[in-house]
Amino acid sequence: MITFDHVTKRFDDGTVGVDDLTLDVPEGEVVVLVGPSGCGKTTTMRMVNRMIQPTGGTLTVDGQDVMTVSPPQLRRRIGYVIQQVGLFPHRTIADNIATVPELVGWDKARTRERVKTLMATVGLPDSVANRYPHQLSGGQRQRVGVARALAVDPPIMLMDEPFGAVDPIVRALLQDEFLRLQSEVRKTIVFVTHDIDEAIRMGDRIAILSQGGKLEQYDDPERLLADPANEFVADFLGAERGLKRLALIPVSEVSAEPGPVVFPDDDRAHAAEVARSYGTDWVVVVDEQRRLRGWVSLHELDGRIADANLRQFALSVESTDSLRAALNAMVTSRTGVAVRLSEGGLYEGIITQELVSKEIR
Amino acid sequence: MSVLQGIVAWFADPAHWSGADGVPMRLGEHIAYCLLATVLATAIALPLGLILGHTGRGGSLAINVSNAGRAIPTFGIVILAFLVAGSGLLPITVALVLLAIPPILTNTYVAVRGIDHELRDAAEGMGMYGSQVLRQLEVPLAMPLIMAGIRTSAVQVVATATLAAFVSLGGLGRYIFDGLGQQVYAEVAAGAILVAVLALTVEYLLSKLQTAMTARGLRSGQRDDPMAPKTTATPA
Repeated sequence: MITFDHVTKRFDDGTVGVDDLTLDVPEGEVVVLVGPSGCGKTTTMRMVNRMIQPTGGTLTVDGQDVMTVSPPQLRRRIGYVIQQVGLFPHRTIADNIATVPELVGWDKARTRERVKTLMATVGLPDSVANRYPHQLSGGQRQRVGVARALAVDPPIMLMDEPFGAVDPIVRALLQDEFLRLQSEVRKTIVFVTHDIDEAIRMGDRIAILSQGGKLEQYDDPERLLADPANEFVADFLGAERGLKRLALIPVSEVSAEPGPVVFPDDDRAHAAEVARSYGTDWVVVVDEQRRLRGWVSLHELDGRIADANLRQFALSVESTDSLRAALNAMVTSRTGVAVRLSEGGLYEGIITQELVSKEIR
Repeated sequence: MSVLQGIVAWFADPAHWSGADGVPMRLGEHIAYCLLATVLATAIALPLGLILGHTGRGGSLAINVSNAGRAIPTFGIVILAFLVAGSGLLPITVALVLLAIPPILTNTYVAVRGIDHELRDAAEGMGMYGSQVLRQLEVPLAMPLIMAGIRTSAVQVVATATLAAFVSLGGLGRYIFDGLGQQVYAEVAAGAILVAVLALTVEYLLSKLQTAMTARGLRSGQRDDPMAPKTTATPA
């Protein structure tokens, strides 16, 4: 969809913003450009809609060399979201969203209809349509910015730190909504951030750039975390690379162990045997329907399980949770394991540290 | 008779309110000179300021030149233009236009340059042509400052248009120059008062116009949320 073929940007003062970049952004995917400041990620993004002119190589959008299209015509087909949003303060929210439809000459009725739909899509209440940007919160303004970029339904979106100016709670919310929206609209997106966690969260693919626009590695998040191409990438990913990777892998990727399971009717001797076979000094207690009842330590067990004082697992995981969530459940439980439950709350097994580390080794 | 009584008597004299030398006539002339000069100055300075501000090129040069022009006394320009072009409307109009240009030009240029970089970036990034950025973004946002410049110019012009009388034209300056010539100081004072009242009226009217021409979202009085529900006391 967007192809950089040996693209270079050399500024007038001789500094190289982007150096011989070759990169392919596939249709319908989110490609995140990430790197330290000065790495040319924003320059790279801005060359796509010619807000910055490439000085070498070929940059094509949808098979068309961008240098053969007039910039305004090119830009109207590409959604553009920037960190400071850049809403027009003298226009209402509805009029801001209607900017590009007006530029390309939609009629009033169609524009009005589209604005209404978009506001709902990005989660803005109808009541803000006639307000002005300064009357909205930072998070709402970001939503307006996204709605405005989506107005004429462009196949491509460029987003430069779109969630950089809001607080972390709102940012997480906007990120989630963005992912939900993207799963519906399937735009081809170039997303710029300096935050590697955001990159891992948002990107189908991640391009890590270093000073002077040098592409260090281009991979999907899991490959990137599993196998950094060099020291620079490994450093940039940070010391918690393993944990970040776990966040990307669903619990369903590892097959849970049955675990030391006993029923309320079992006695201490049986429980001791089950525990020994697993090398634990505790057992999981489930009822006949395999509903989780809790766990009990052998030391606290005298007679029948049913009479014992059961402890609860504070946290449990389901198949769609991440292994990071499973790890969290492990370290917060005295048993050192995470219990996996079905959607209906039935016991499915336990996940141990060995299982998790085997997965990421 | 004190000066004050003299002034009151001057205004009370019906002879001063009719004929070619009456207040209505002189006021009309004065307004005509001012209107002509302000409109011409705006027609020159506004487009120039917009273009310089939009392109960001040559702006400080133009502003320095036009400000340097202010250092020459307007009186001197009137005399000079009179010597070159003879009597008539031309000398006073040239002088007043030169006086009115700098505030409009400077304000327009500064207002357009001062627009947030990211707004222009967003406008261009959405695919606006330069002329669309100018019309849809820069002019509306610069409007309050542009109008303030026009206001400043207009008030200066009103005060300075008294010089028209010096080159044998009419206007409220007639009372001042004639009064000085005949040593009728009540008439001088009456002329000065009329000019001051006109200047204040122009200032007031243009400030109203400035508000009217400022986009709703930019009006400072509306910074509070007009959409917010009014808190009303509900009966218990």
